Amino acid sequence: MSAPVTTGPAVFADGLTAGYGGPPVLRDVSFKAAPGQALCVLGPNGGGKTTLFRVLIGELTPAGGQVEVSGRPAYVAQTERTRLDFPVTALDVALMGALAHGRWWLPPRRAERAAARTALERVGLADQAGVRFGELSGGQRQRVLLARALVQDARVLLLDEPLAGIDPASAARIGAVFDELRAEGRTLLVSSHDVESARSFDLVLCLHRRQVAFAPPARALDRATLEATYGRELIVLGGDGPARAVTVQHHEHAHARDEPGPRPPGG
Amino acid sequence: MEALDALLDPFRSGIDRRALLEVALVGAFCGALGFWVVTERLAYGAESLSHGLLPGLVLAGLAGTPLLLGAGVGALAAAVLVAFAARDERIGPDAGTAVAVTGLVGLGALLALAPDSPQRLEELLFGDPLGVSDPDLAAGAALVAGGGLALAGLHRPLSAVAFDQTGAFAAGVRPALVRAALLALLALAIAVAVQGLGALLVLAVIVAPPVAVRRHTGTPSGAMLAGAALAVLAGVVGIEVSFHAGSAAGASVALALCAAAAAGAALPARRE
Repeated sequence: MSAPVTTGPAVFADGLTAGYGGPPVLRDVSFKAAPGQALCVLGPNGGGKTTLFRVLIGELTPAGGQVEVSGRPAYVAQTERTRLDFPVTALDVALMGALAHGRWWLPPRRAERAAARTALERVGLADQAGVRFGELSGGQRQRVLLARALVQDARVLLLDEPLAGIDPASAARIGAVFDELRAEGRTLLVSSHDVESARSFDLVLCLHRRQVAFAPPARALDRATLEATYGRELIVLGGDGPARAVTVQHHEHAHARDEPGPRPPGG
Repeated sequence: MEALDALLDPFRSGIDRRALLEVALVGAFCGALGFWVVTERLAYGAESLSHGLLPGLVLAGLAGTPLLLGAGVGALAAAVLVAFAARDERIGPDAGTAVAVTGLVGLGALLALAPDSPQRLEELLFGDPLGVSDPDLAAGAALVAGGGLALAGLHRPLSAVAFDQTGAFAAGVRPALVRAALLALLALAIAVAVQGLGALLVLAVIVAPPVAVRRHTGTPSGAMLAGAALAVLAGVVGIEVSFHAGSAAGASVALALCAAAAAGAALPARRE
């Protein structure tokens, strides 16, 4: 799984196929990202974004093809995939990143605690260190999970929809940390639903159960590619210019709780 | 003063002193372990394991080998059988487990009720804290020391896996290994605790304490310590009740534990 840090890509996949025992949910994936590059992984729900990340982490063994990652990547989950009722503070969660450095059987050392506090400071949550994770806002939780990845000090960071549905202040802070991480020569793979946000990345990987495109945003984000990626989920707003203001339905809409139409009285 | 004197009575009798020590040792470890059992939603699996080890207990009684050995082997055999039965997707894991466990309890009863069986079935089913031997107490002490050390060492991986399995995996923790270690501790705890509480009641000391304290503690460590303290307290209360009311000791301890769980669930949750 590990490749030399000095030269060559930080993340590399060639002809990758992956699934969960049945037919593959992701196939023909070939891409690479260099140190310091940020890659946006676009695709609809079920398009294979999370599956790709699970392969890169090593949790899922690929059914075919080759994958190489420089070192052990850090993973920033979608906050709804964490246990919100589990009684841990923001500092406890950040400290979990220190498990990557060994000595898991001992209580956290002073240096590890200091690293966790520094990471919380970087994401703007120094004063929330003692707050229960489940009591933070969605954006704050996302920043705590980012702090956990910072403590892990990985060369490659995988972030699963870190900007979905969070407040603008959190999004700005996360964006600033992304820039810092790129300047430090770390590689970011960020999955997203938001086509507009992909324009600020170095590279875009479009997935819809297979690789639709892998290119810089200027080439990857044309209308034909996006239609192949999103199918009917795609909505084009103000369609004068070429592929301007393109966005997609958010997945919340797909299973909204409110049923349209009036409820029967007394029901 | 007289009331205090009455409370101290059980401590003056050798048999009851041993029973108190046994429930305290078992409670101290199981009350803490229970936090992870409930967090990982293993309560049903723990119940299956504790009931399913009955044939092992009975066979150990028949063969004259230590019950601890029978309980350990029985728990292992039950775990394998339950894992196998639960794999049948046509009926689902719940039904498969239920059939396997009922079969094991039936087999245990069949063996125990055979004409030549010396061991009394009710002691194996409902426990006999008043009958604990020195080796039983030694096993309890070893459980507290060794198991406590293991829980301390596994604390960070257990927390990371419970919170976010994939994130923990990315940080180098192997969730499957952490869960296997937890199951091994659970099997060990059941094998030791079943001496005092029996195959049917032992689960109370593992599941009732975390249920009682869960909503009133703020950290995993706090929940484990509070669970351990509550289990020890409920154990002592159970032995006291049994001493003064002449009720069955194992059942009295189990009821005290379950009463604590009900009270803890009913009380308003802690606010910070």
